[in-house]
Amino acid sequence: MRLPYYPGCTLKTDAQNFETSTLEAAKTLDIELVELPRWNCCGTVHALAKDDVIHYLAPIRNLIRVDEMIANGEIEDGKLVTQCVMCWNTIKRANTAALEDPDKMEKIRGIMEKEPEYSGKVEVLHFLELLKEKGWETITGAVKLPLEGLKVAPYYGCLLLRPREFALDDPDNPRIIEDLLEALGAEVVDLAYKSKCCGAYHAVHMKEVSAELSHKILSQANEMGADMVVTACPLCEFNLGKRQHEIKKLHPEFSSIPVVYYTQLMALAFGLNEEATAFEENTPDPRPLLAEKGLIMER
Amino acid sequence: MIMENNESNMVTIHVMGKSHEVPGDLTIMKAMEYAGHQFRRGSGCRGGYCGACATIYRTKGSYKLLGALACQKMVEDDMYIAQIPFSPAEKKSYDINDLRADANAFMVHYPEISRCLSCNTCTKACPQDIMVMDYVQAALRGDVSEAAKLSFDCISCGLCAIRCPAEIVPYNIAQLARRLYSKYVDGPAEHVLEKLKEVEEGKFDAEIAELQSLDREALKERYETREKRL
Repeated sequence: MRLPYYPGCTLKTDAQNFETSTLEAAKTLDIELVELPRWNCCGTVHALAKDDVIHYLAPIRNLIRVDEMIANGEIEDGKLVTQCVMCWNTIKRANTAALEDPDKMEKIRGIMEKEPEYSGKVEVLHFLELLKEKGWETITGAVKLPLEGLKVAPYYGCLLLRPREFALDDPDNPRIIEDLLEALGAEVVDLAYKSKCCGAYHAVHMKEVSAELSHKILSQANEMGADMVVTACPLCEFNLGKRQHEIKKLHPEFSSIPVVYYTQLMALAFGLNEEATAFEENTPDPRPLLAEKGLIMER
Repeated sequence: MIMENNESNMVTIHVMGKSHEVPGDLTIMKAMEYAGHQFRRGSGCRGGYCGACATIYRTKGSYKLLGALACQKMVEDDMYIAQIPFSPAEKKSYDINDLRADANAFMVHYPEISRCLSCNTCTKACPQDIMVMDYVQAALRGDVSEAAKLSFDCISCGLCAIRCPAEIVPYNIAQLARRLYSKYVDGPAEHVLEKLKEVEEGKFDAEIAELQSLDREALKERYETREKRL
């Protein structure tokens, strides 16, 4: 039996007896270990041990900017509100890692050198969390045009709910967008696929993967009689909304369904103008359906 | 001008591995000339404006590789110096008229910009104290005005580009940002347009014709007294 063998640096320096005994023992067992040609450093365990400090610099620096606002008296609360789920997920996780891992924070400080030190006191909030904090009654109180008769299917995607310990709601059965929609007067359509993958960045190089996954989600929304789908994620909006022509290519029978951000429905229910709702930027256009429901004026 | 050698003020510098005793009150550039180096490349305006004399150095006992402009930075004792007179970088050709002032303009021509890790190494490397990482980030989000404004003092010395772990060439981004800014955000300068119109209408033709008719001596006299006449 002839096998390639990777010795590593320690067996060549401080543990040479480990290597000799290994090779000799192997020989006895008729195993021929051939040293891997041109072997280089294994990368050491650090490479895999969440020691990826460089990627923490960006989110931590943003938190330092919050510290600076407090120091300048521009804000009182050490809170940072984010909307894009990717940003929220990344900054919140970096924040937690920084607070829970002094060693990591020390390394970050070392690399950032002369930049200000992070206080560790900022709380990262998703806009949805802020709404929940305000209270759903407050939301309902601001509604001028209840979304009566509008059947809306919330779609969470991955980043609001994963990893579990960072989820902004019950990762298996989230309610936060449902609660918001009900506060706005809409009828909620509960999708089984509401936290299944939309295909994410496969949209770049494997369009059909995203199209198939998005097709499942949207078809379920169609089957359950939803008028539209809402999302909190720009990438989900892209895959589920703007890429519906890719779904049509694979499934000609697919009937398109509008996909909007939850904030657009808030703006609509709060009676704000077209500039605020900005439905013209959605594909497919949700306006014909909203007009049919009597929620916007016919154009 | 080099002052009379004052032994107490002499420092040792190491230029590309060779040690020299030089007066401590010189810039790197002047100290290198004092030591016998002649600049054929890597020297331009000598006033901190042209960016030709990018230099890297290290001081004794420190692992840190620092950057500076040789014409601006004063020598220090036990400074280890190497010049980077030219930083090879891919520079794209584009027709400014075909572009839009958005993030895509940067992504299409310099896609490596999306690899920015926000590590801030570029900012630390900048001898002009420009917030390099901040303008790269501004370009990434399509904020052409901010990118142009933050990078205004860039002299394209290249020190940021040779330190960037993502191999971005920030000064190319800066140049594109400022071009987009002047073309699409700021727009043409009204006074220049007016002056061009005057030129086209022949307002200065007589004056130019007169100057062309003058001999060398008369031109010289005109030049020397130009401020009095204004």
